[in-house]
Amino acid sequence: MYDIKALYEAASVDDAVRLLTEHPEARIIAGGSDVLVQIREGRLAGAELISIQGVDALRGVRLEADGAIRIGSLTSFSHITKHPIIREKINVLGEAVDMIGGPQIRNIGTIGGNTCNGVTSADSASTLFAWDAVIELAGPEGRRLVPIQNFYLRAGVVDLRPGELQTGILIPKRSYEGYQGHYIKYAMREAMDIATLGCSVNVKLSPDKLTIEDARIAYGVAGPIPTRAPHAEAMIANRPVSEGVLKQFAQAVLTDLNPRDSWRASKAFRQHIAVVLAQRALAEAIRLSGGEIYE
Amino acid sequence: MYVGKKVTRVDAYDKVLGRTRYTDDLCDKSAYIARILHATIAHGRVLSIDTSRAEQIPGVVKIFTCFDLKEKHYFPTAGHPWSTDPAHQDVADRLVLTEEVRFYGDDIAAVVAEDEVAAARALAAIQVTYQEYPFVLDVQEAMQDGAPQLHEAYPNNILAHTAIRRGNYQEAIQEPGLIKVESWYETPTVQHCHIENFICYAQMEGNRITITSSTQIPHIVRRIVGQALGMDWGRIRVIKPYIGGGFGNKQDILYEPLCAWLCMELGGHLVKIDIPREDTFVSNRVRHAIRSHIISWVRPDGTYAARKLEAFSDQGAYASHGHSVCAKGAGAFPQLYPCENVEVDAYTVFTNKSVAGAMRGYGIPQAMWAVECHTADVAARLGMDPVDFRLRNLMPVGYIDGFSKNELYHDSFRQCLRKAMAAIDYDQKYKAYQNQTGDIRRGIGIAVFWYNTAVWPISLETSSCRMVLNQDGSLQVQLGETEIGQGADTAYAQMTADALGVPLGQVHVVSCQDTDVTPFGTGAYASRQTYTAGFSIRQTALLLKERILDYARELTRMPPYNLELSAGNIVRTTDGRVLMSLGELATQALYSTERSQHLTAESTAQIKSNAYSFGCTIAEVEVDIPMCRVRLLDIVNAHDAGTLVNPALAEAQVHGGMSMGIGYGLSEQLLFDPKTGRPLNNSLLDYKLSTFMDHPRLRAVFAQNPEPTSAFGTKALGEPPACSVAPAIRNAVRQATGVAFMEAPLTPHNLFRRFSEEGLL
Amino acid sequence: MSKQYKLVSCTINGKRVEKMIDVRSSLTDMLRDDFRLTSVKKGCEVGECGACTVLVDGECFNSCIYLAVWADGKEILTLEGLAGPRGELSDIQQAFIDEAAVQCGFCTPGFLMSATELLAAGREFSDDEIRKQLSGHLCRCTGYENIFRAVKKTMLRRLGREQEAEEV
Repeated sequence: MYDIKALYEAASVDDAVRLLTEHPEARIIAGGSDVLVQIREGRLAGAELISIQGVDALRGVRLEADGAIRIGSLTSFSHITKHPIIREKINVLGEAVDMIGGPQIRNIGTIGGNTCNGVTSADSASTLFAWDAVIELAGPEGRRLVPIQNFYLRAGVVDLRPGELQTGILIPKRSYEGYQGHYIKYAMREAMDIATLGCSVNVKLSPDKLTIEDARIAYGVAGPIPTRAPHAEAMIANRPVSEGVLKQFAQAVLTDLNPRDSWRASKAFRQHIAVVLAQRALAEAIRLSGGEIYE
Repeated sequence: MYVGKKVTRVDAYDKVLGRTRYTDDLCDKSAYIARILHATIAHGRVLSIDTSRAEQIPGVVKIFTCFDLKEKHYFPTAGHPWSTDPAHQDVADRLVLTEEVRFYGDDIAAVVAEDEVAAARALAAIQVTYQEYPFVLDVQEAMQDGAPQLHEAYPNNILAHTAIRRGNYQEAIQEPGLIKVESWYETPTVQHCHIENFICYAQMEGNRITITSSTQIPHIVRRIVGQALGMDWGRIRVIKPYIGGGFGNKQDILYEPLCAWLCMELGGHLVKIDIPREDTFVSNRVRHAIRSHIISWVRPDGTYAARKLEAFSDQGAYASHGHSVCAKGAGAFPQLYPCENVEVDAYTVFTNKSVAGAMRGYGIPQAMWAVECHTADVAARLGMDPVDFRLRNLMPVGYIDGFSKNELYHDSFRQCLRKAMAAIDYDQKYKAYQNQTGDIRRGIGIAVFWYNTAVWPISLETSSCRMVLNQDGSLQVQLGETEIGQGADTAYAQMTADALGVPLGQVHVVSCQDTDVTPFGTGAYASRQTYTAGFSIRQTALLLKERILDYARELTRMPPYNLELSAGNIVRTTDGRVLMSLGELATQALYSTERSQHLTAESTAQIKSNAYSFGCTIAEVEVDIPMCRVRLLDIVNAHDAGTLVNPALAEAQVHGGMSMGIGYGLSEQLLFDPKTGRPLNNSLLDYKLSTFMDHPRLRAVFAQNPEPTSAFGTKALGEPPACSVAPAIRNAVRQATGVAFMEAPLTPHNLFRRFSEEGLL
Repeated sequence: MSKQYKLVSCTINGKRVEKMIDVRSSLTDMLRDDFRLTSVKKGCEVGECGACTVLVDGECFNSCIYLAVWADGKEILTLEGLAGPRGELSDIQQAFIDEAAVQCGFCTPGFLMSATELLAAGREFSDDEIRKQLSGHLCRCTGYENIFRAVKKTMLRRLGREQEAEEV
């Protein structure tokens, strides 16, 4: 039995926005795998909740007219992983969310919840950062689009204004077309774990597969919110596919990372792993793109 | 014969149907819910507790604090047989609620409410003020003069110190040409993590109180609740239904006394205490973390001249099982690799941490971590093959321990090693993995273990059994030794069927223990169930058989010495003719107008023997050095547990122990904040017990040498599988990387630290 | 504060049911307390152990972190619904018995439900996929080995590969 003050069930997006406006203290509950746990822990005990479980319009993946991939915020991780559009165009996202928790968590957990709680370790977030995803919000003022890098404000806080609800996540066509990506979750065990560090890389090779035209790399848990490593990205653009370049790239990520010391892992350890993951994730993304890495 | 056969578990059908009833499934919904308020400081004194706000919360029945305790009955908690000799009694240092806080998580108040939400709200609304004392978390710092003291009666926080002296260590180390190998080894604090948390409920009937508890030791619970409440023991009735695992945590009195006290304070109303997982980690029991210092003086030919062990066992805040855990490990040291000159000093020391109690292996996993890591280190130092080095020094066949009188009757170590090596293709892999380079390397490692069965002669060993014949010739069997998931009931059914001479289907083991009904027994621990129960089962079956055949004499007019009970029939031994079925006899016996008799038997066996149970683990790993990760590729355990009563269940037991050992070696560790003493990772998310994806296939092989002291040739198998896994993994990593790890577990953090030190990164 | 209730109509183990449910209830609470389906076990209540797993519309969920009101209109399957009306075991239940995959039995109901979802897919899973599909459950007794055997054998048998099943 949860310590819930009141539960409001939204029937539609508009209904949810109305409820949010009427009950400014209320929290949105999507899958509940985060909110319910926080209620039990006491952090959200006594909360008013607005459930959006019944808003089926928020579920599903589709291609927009402009070629963007739109993922409804209430789509569960397991449905994202299985979806043909995801598999064909941004398989790495399906792989990343397939590493969250265990199967039961992936059936209830939603990509909207994973990004709205503002947690740096979210397995979806680093990949969405790497894809330059755009967050779609609905509020009393209508629809609002925010690049994911601006959506995360600080640890645990995202740019959700009063009355606003996240409705979808968009991956623009220019972000994914011609790219291949790879995600590595570094955790203490193979399942039922949160990332000690997560690293997502996507890369676009030249038609002859000899040059890295563009590479994007994003991390979870390398700072208070998910983060890109722009210095490394700038350094590698239009460089040849080679072991040496990969090594330089991997070392360069540290310029932009700011992991912290905690009982979960030391800063030095996270920095070391960040470099190893950068090189390995990029190598795998290159391999998926049909490239070969020469000494 | 059923002993030795893979018969189906007697409780499996209900368990796969989901209709097996555990404690919570039996508790009436009218129960009040009790929750415990735990201290949020590591050491100090409760000055006041303000419950005024909490009491106003709707649904709160009553709040009890440590200041409400009218009589202070200190009680011990260890699930040991009581000793009638005061000198050997467990330390009585607990109260149901305490003003003196000795660890972060100590029990200072309890809320009783109509539902869990009200209880949780009340807990959050209680205000406590403390006087804080300095605290100490490290076992050796706690021994220093001037360290914070936990218990007045134990200066320097030393609960106990025992010493073993053999030969003359100081003289022996003077021998010229000796090589000295010295190291410190350390094991972590870990928790049992049975999937059913501890839970109990209590209700009064008449002037007696009935407690239903998820416990391994119902008869001991009765005694200790009596001691804790200052009540006559006979007024307490304890019922133990099916339980969702125990592994030693439930071989301790946890919250039965508190639950009973709350119930009595509330006029006997039904009260339930269902411990949340987070509290299970902190305020139940943990395994003792032990730091060991070993010095070996070795001759170049690979023989030991002298050996020394100092072990420092972290007891946490209260005595619980106390020194017996460390002492068991220390006792193994001179035996496993016998040496003429040995010094052992074992200390058990209080610290301001969670209380350590019994956990699968009872000191042996810690001791084997130290000893078997060290053995590999010594062999490496000598440049000797680790198998040859062990075989040269391991306890020889015919060895007799002077204290326990245990004898090694068979060449268990050699047989187990051979079987395990063959199963995993050791020789070839060991050769292939020598002197590797590169980022990703493989290794294979060995560890053996010493274990003994049951607790004699340290403590009483007793088992009582009752057999009651039904009208149709089937029978109920009752024992005080408990089913906790290990399959004990199935083993009892098999042993009973064989000893009595009836088909297995006619034997009904009463799984539930009820101290009002069940014969006295001390419960499940020390891997003693099949060994000790075997004696009372066999003895009681023979008694019952004698009574049956005596009754058959009247019905058949045959002398009883020409009769036998076989496969459920009364058989004339002279010609093998079946004279009647046991069912016919039982019906006659109960309904006879001439001589009605209820055929039953009950007896107690006191066991004054004990049996070695030895074996080994071989583990194969792949180490990704830059990633600081160990992947377990293959693992095999070999055991000589005597005759296997049920090979399928025995194998399953070994798998479970191996799994626990894998966690011990690679991932499990309960962490405490050095600044506050607060536990950091007390959840199943943050405490990394192995998941389905963290294991390779697990394999178990057996050398079945029947144990001569045993009623059915059997001996310990419950705990042994957890004893040698962690050092085997560590030794495999040592071969792969050349890096010797001294601390378990081999987490990525540990690998990062050591690989950095050794210049591998 | 007044308590808030909602009428929940759903199908549990093939039977249509309706009940007024306290909106604060988890699905675990509802199944255990309102319908006395006690195969649904509580081991952590935060979705980490898997002991409370049930199928909702054919997918596995930790019922402890699933609000009971969400069950409205859904089809729920608990372990009690897996056997036939006279207690006839399903193949996976029988396999758990045959492979000695049951020890204390507390995690067993949850594992059986996840295994049921896996087997219902009607396709072959690799060893790693089987492990992954069952990785949302913790077990402290079995080391997962015999559970793995039971699930893999049942999968192979359903695919008509009896011979391979014997060799697992």
